Amino acid sequence: MTSFDAIVVGGGHNGIVAATLLAKAGRRVALLEARPELGGPARTEEFAPGFRVSVAHILNRLHPEVVKALDLEANGLVLDASDMPSVALSADGEPLILTGAYGEGLSGASASEAQAWSELRAQLIRYAGILKPMLARRPPDLSGMTFGETSALGMIGLSLRRLGKEDMRDFLRMFLMNVADVSDDCLTDDRLKGLLAFDAVMGSHLGPRSPTSLLGLYYRLAGEIGGKAGAQITPSGGMGAVITAMASAARKAGVQVRTDALVARINVQDARVTGVALGSGEELTAPIVLAATNPFAALMELTGPRNFDTGFVRKVTNIRMKGSVAKLHLALDGLPGFKGVAEQDLRGRLVFAPSTNHVERAFNPSKYGGFSPEPVMEIVLPSISDTSLAPAGGCVLSANIMFAPYALKEGWEKGKPKFLKAVMAQLERVAPGIGKQVRHAELLTPPDIEQRYRMPGGHWHHGELQADQMLMSRPVAGWSGYDTPVDGLYLGGAGSHPGGGISGVPGLNAARRVLARKG
Amino acid sequence: MVAVAKTKSRTKLAEQAHFRTLRLPSPFQPRLEALAAQQDWYDWAGYKAPHALWDDELEYFAIRSQAALFDISPMVKYRIEGPDAEAFLNRVTLRNVTKLKPGRVHYTAWCDDEGYVLDDGTLFRFSADRFRLCCQERHLPWLLDSAIGYEVSVVEETQEVAGLALQGPTSFAVLRDAGFKGVEKLKIFDLAEFPHEKGSVTISRTGFTGDLGYELFVPVKQALSLWDRLIEGGKLHGIRPMGYTALNRARIEAGLIVANADFVTGDSAIRTDRLRMPDEIGLGFMIDPAKGHFNGRRAILDARQNKTLKHVLVGLEIEGNIPAEHAIVYHRGKREVGLVSAAIWSPTAKRNIAIASLQRPYGDTVVDDLWVEIYAMRELQYHKLMKRAKVVPRPFIKLDRRTANPPGER
Repeated sequence: MTSFDAIVVGGGHNGIVAATLLAKAGRRVALLEARPELGGPARTEEFAPGFRVSVAHILNRLHPEVVKALDLEANGLVLDASDMPSVALSADGEPLILTGAYGEGLSGASASEAQAWSELRAQLIRYAGILKPMLARRPPDLSGMTFGETSALGMIGLSLRRLGKEDMRDFLRMFLMNVADVSDDCLTDDRLKGLLAFDAVMGSHLGPRSPTSLLGLYYRLAGEIGGKAGAQITPSGGMGAVITAMASAARKAGVQVRTDALVARINVQDARVTGVALGSGEELTAPIVLAATNPFAALMELTGPRNFDTGFVRKVTNIRMKGSVAKLHLALDGLPGFKGVAEQDLRGRLVFAPSTNHVERAFNPSKYGGFSPEPVMEIVLPSISDTSLAPAGGCVLSANIMFAPYALKEGWEKGKPKFLKAVMAQLERVAPGIGKQVRHAELLTPPDIEQRYRMPGGHWHHGELQADQMLMSRPVAGWSGYDTPVDGLYLGGAGSHPGGGISGVPGLNAARRVLARKG
Repeated sequence: MVAVAKTKSRTKLAEQAHFRTLRLPSPFQPRLEALAAQQDWYDWAGYKAPHALWDDELEYFAIRSQAALFDISPMVKYRIEGPDAEAFLNRVTLRNVTKLKPGRVHYTAWCDDEGYVLDDGTLFRFSADRFRLCCQERHLPWLLDSAIGYEVSVVEETQEVAGLALQGPTSFAVLRDAGFKGVEKLKIFDLAEFPHEKGSVTISRTGFTGDLGYELFVPVKQALSLWDRLIEGGKLHGIRPMGYTALNRARIEAGLIVANADFVTGDSAIRTDRLRMPDEIGLGFMIDPAKGHFNGRRAILDARQNKTLKHVLVGLEIEGNIPAEHAIVYHRGKREVGLVSAAIWSPTAKRNIAIASLQRPYGDTVVDDLWVEIYAMRELQYHKLMKRAKVVPRPFIKLDRRTANPPGER
């Protein structure tokens, strides 16, 4: 069959979600993935003999509506929201441990700090909760909204009012603040402030003192797992289990999944999409093509600038999407030891960002095209919860490392060995002896991520998730509602509202948009 | 040390020399200055250009009964070349460039994403992959961004290329006697290269007057020798250099519009309601929905389909003989429905004519009972005149000699 009702390009998690939703609505859907397996950066791959890992290593925002719409639990996904702590590592002292959903409990801090944190945490989660509904639907459409959309927006205004005068003032005051100022106002513990700074800027080209950096933390806390805001898990079976469950839902819904099906071109005729051409030369036709890929790739590389107006091309080529995060995969001989961290906490998320200043200093060189000589990082040992990821006795370490600017001045060919050395030196500080356990190290710089996952810029969110590229400005102003100037062509990847992370929301929203328009 | 400092400051001064020349001189400036009895200059895209040299009235009549020479060097010019030049221009501009054959010129316009006109101009096609785009405003950033995805080079050549318009019934005779052999073969909108000195001159049978006429382009180095050659060739054909005021009269008679006079270009409009779609300024004929994608296509076709076009540009004939320049147009003498952007008493049509922008449906489906309010200054007092206006087709004059083949001699 080469003719479909809809073709979804890109078998990342958003693509699978969108394809499944369309198929469930009775459409004949083809899902095309260039690689042999689905999942995009959430797919699990072997990086050393017997050691496997996925680039996305934590689940903290898989949207409940996605879980429900795809019936993921019936498809084998176990969302066990049991505690996965966040451990704020310290190079020369005891770590601080946030237990429960994003620090419901705090161990290793003074009583007064714990109290201050509990108040700040409640406030942040309350404010993130105001924004949360906006993330699950189309951004407000300035050129005209349906009654439903207007009233939904009204509800957000209402929930803001319900905060009460003082709290509403604080919400508005803090909205575009930087995370450093907010945590300095409320907290004293450097480890905790460093952790918040790290989480706020994770994936962005921002330092904790950059204006608006608090938005990143709101984005993080707007995520939930098992109904708990800010919770995080590595699902049993690893991230691979999420993709497996999604793929199973897609197949059950009747999606024709085609892997090894590289899309070379999205075909357009008379300003209407007509289908796609595969790298093999095969042509598939459909009146709807939903690209759950990077927006630049979908619009400029696959569809081509000639099908769009110059102003639109300008906007798309100006999306800031140069990644700042590198990914480290280590194949270890055995479980590493982290200073002061009990063995049961090693299944947690270990963050080395000892202070706000440390994160800020790590950010500084990246502004000028240099990597951080003392990088900050988020470490997970996924083989603890999914033993299949490493051979017996072995251990996988997976870490997000900041800051590694996409366009390194000296070039990554020269810079990568130096950066790896800097990263290992930092790791050695918190996990002495880890260097000797390394059997194989894989460091993916943003250009590596770009190439491997077809993500121009190698950016986490397929485009900086900052105030000017959020909501109705995502991916570009005027075209934030998942549709594009080419009729029948939709975008449904992380480059669209609300942004990246394994949430499934861009795919969900895009599919809903398609269904709403076509009746 | 002192010497170094001195050289430095001298270099700095030299770099800033443009501050001393408020308006750039045209390549023809030595000739224009010598003739400019009026010393009445204006600013045309940064260049010093004459409103009138000796007498705008007589300069106008040179267009209609002799040959008038007008310096068009300040016109913004882009050299557009490459294997994708045709496809690029087809996407940027409104008209179908695949229908423009090498050796031909067409009048076109271009729009932004919202379908608002950024400018109008003429497109010269020298060969399959070599073009020149001439216009009023500067558009290099827009053109370069439009070139993303095309194998094409866009270079501004305004300062490298000098241009002259030779317009009027004896213009062909002037060129013939100046020794441009074969120029009689040029039909309206044709262009060809002719030898001049060691190089060549591009001559096209085009113009902005509605009359028989030609436009000539040469590298600036040959500007003065070309001028002298034309003046010499035109000695017995009444050739007269002219300024803009005379040209403006001729172009109004020809019903031609001027960017930022009859409509506000997209990039220069400050108020959003001043923006115009092609259909709102009489350029709807350029739109070819079947040619494939072009900038503004979606917005333009949507506006047509949803009937959201707000304005219309019309030609008016007004009773009496007082020019209605910038007069308000009324329906039934009461309801304000538009504005006259250009108006003259036409010496050739012997009619009081105007170009006006009206709010639909006025001028579109409602064309009766239109009035213009003219304020005529008479010895320090305004005489307010309410004159009946009639929508009439443009051009206001149609001269057979403009298109006659072979071209007439006088």
